[in-house]
Amino acid sequence: MGASAQRAVAREGDNQLVVKGVSKRFGGVTAVQDVSLEVPRGGIVSIIGPNGAGKTSLLNMISGFYKPDSGQVILEGQDITQKKPSDVAALGIARTFQNIALFSGLTVLDNLMLGRHVRMKAGVLSSVIYWGMAQKEDIAHREAVEEIIEFLKLQDLRKQQTSALAYGLRKRVELGRALASEPKVLLLDEPMGGMNQDEKEDMARYVLDVNQERGVTVVLIEHDMGVVMDISDKVVVLDRGRGIAVGTPDEVQRNPKVVEAYLGKSKGGGSA
Amino acid sequence: MSEDLEFAFSLLLNGASIGLMYSLIALGFVLVYKATDAINFAQGEFVMLAGLIVAMLLSFVGMPLIVAVAVTLAVMVGFGFGLERVVLRPLLGRPVVAVIMATIGLAAILRGVGPVVFGSETRALSLPIGDDPIVIGPASLPPIQVVGAVVAIAFFLAFSWFFKKSRMGVAMRAVADNQQVAQAMGINVERYFALAWAMAGVVSALGGIVWGSMLGVDVHLALVGLKVFPVVILGGLDSIGGALVGGLIIGIVESLAAGYLDPYVGGGTKDFAPYVLMILVLMIRPYGIFGKRKIERV
Repeated sequence: MGASAQRAVAREGDNQLVVKGVSKRFGGVTAVQDVSLEVPRGGIVSIIGPNGAGKTSLLNMISGFYKPDSGQVILEGQDITQKKPSDVAALGIARTFQNIALFSGLTVLDNLMLGRHVRMKAGVLSSVIYWGMAQKEDIAHREAVEEIIEFLKLQDLRKQQTSALAYGLRKRVELGRALASEPKVLLLDEPMGGMNQDEKEDMARYVLDVNQERGVTVVLIEHDMGVVMDISDKVVVLDRGRGIAVGTPDEVQRNPKVVEAYLGKSKGGGSA
Repeated sequence: MSEDLEFAFSLLLNGASIGLMYSLIALGFVLVYKATDAINFAQGEFVMLAGLIVAMLLSFVGMPLIVAVAVTLAVMVGFGFGLERVVLRPLLGRPVVAVIMATIGLAAILRGVGPVVFGSETRALSLPIGDDPIVIGPASLPPIQVVGAVVAIAFFLAFSWFFKKSRMGVAMRAVADNQQVAQAMGINVERYFALAWAMAGVVSALGGIVWGSMLGVDVHLALVGLKVFPVVILGGLDSIGGALVGGLIIGIVESLAAGYLDPYVGGGTKDFAPYVLMILVLMIRPYGIFGKRKIERV
């Protein structure tokens, strides 16, 4: 059993993140039902679907906030299904949240530095004892954060409280905070939600740069179909908790089930 | 300076120094509430426990003061860590009232067990600071109040540095701000909860020493914990600066009530004036002077 399981993992080849048949129920409501997802290394995979389709629940299971009732989440061959969110983060999965979740009383710089928390080796106790070592480490972390500040053009905002920033900028800071952990896989929950067209284009550009220049694998939830179809290598469609289609953007767009999920059954058509 | 003014100045100074000593204890409460959302009804009993420990180490064991203080600090840190682990962690995610009841139970246990272990007589806890009042302008203060005030100010400075500048302090603010997101940053939230309780232990240890030295050490030392509530309601449950300002105001209100009202009514206003203020604040500004105004999304 163990050996065959290992072979199964090996066969998954270059899928960096694999979700196998996960389900999640809340009381009597099934949020996610037997959904699978294969995310190739270095790819951009988008999860789309109507509101309430279970997209965020799926992301929450990947990042450890929900424990699936059944199914598995596997990162680079390692089963992370039962891991705590903080451990999942330490293993290299970073995320952003649908409603901006910056620490509002803190500055942009503090938020970004907190993003590096998982990379900080000196623990609570040792950072008290080896004060000097922690200080030296801090300088290295600060440099890494500075590089992200430059990448996302946040230079003028370092000392600003995040609560004072414009909406689009806050989304960008949140992306930066996720990047600061140097993730292998980045989960983005509606990074362009509520943005105007210019802001959306900027964000799409950043997501592409993150993926191509930094080699970060991206899993994206997004409602803007234009953006999704432009930048995704692969699209997974959820509807009422189930996966109904998967494929390239072109394939998915032509899939009648997808059209139906988004537009409802056409009145006269009767396509069953 | 006229005699009236001198009297007022003396009341203010006395109230402020006592108030700072309230702030010190209130700080323990605020640290825990800010980081973990737990309301600790046993803060006064923490102070009592620390007072009992240090008094016993001094009188029975005969340790030098410095050593006794160090040991008490260590014991209270361990107590904070242990308490979080054994009592509070299993209650994570339970309704707030479960934690409140647990701390009320804990308070009763500490008040009951304290005398059993340490004896029920009142012990003196004398610090080597003499009894001669320290004269400040037209007023004078007992030396213990000066020491208490200085310790309180030193701690507030230390904690404000910690939360603004240190990595751990910033992470702790992140935990206080949003536990879920803090976890997504890889922050081990439970570890910071434990740290908050340990810090409450540290603050209580110092509170126990200064208050024990002023009042003597027995079970009644726990009663200073009751003053924590008007202080934190006034300052804001989750505000460290608020604990400082709230303590000062409560101390001064008490002192002014004792000086100006008690002579007319025969005494006692000092003891309830802070609570009158607390109820007024609850009606007018329920989140306190500096507290975070919670916006509930419906």
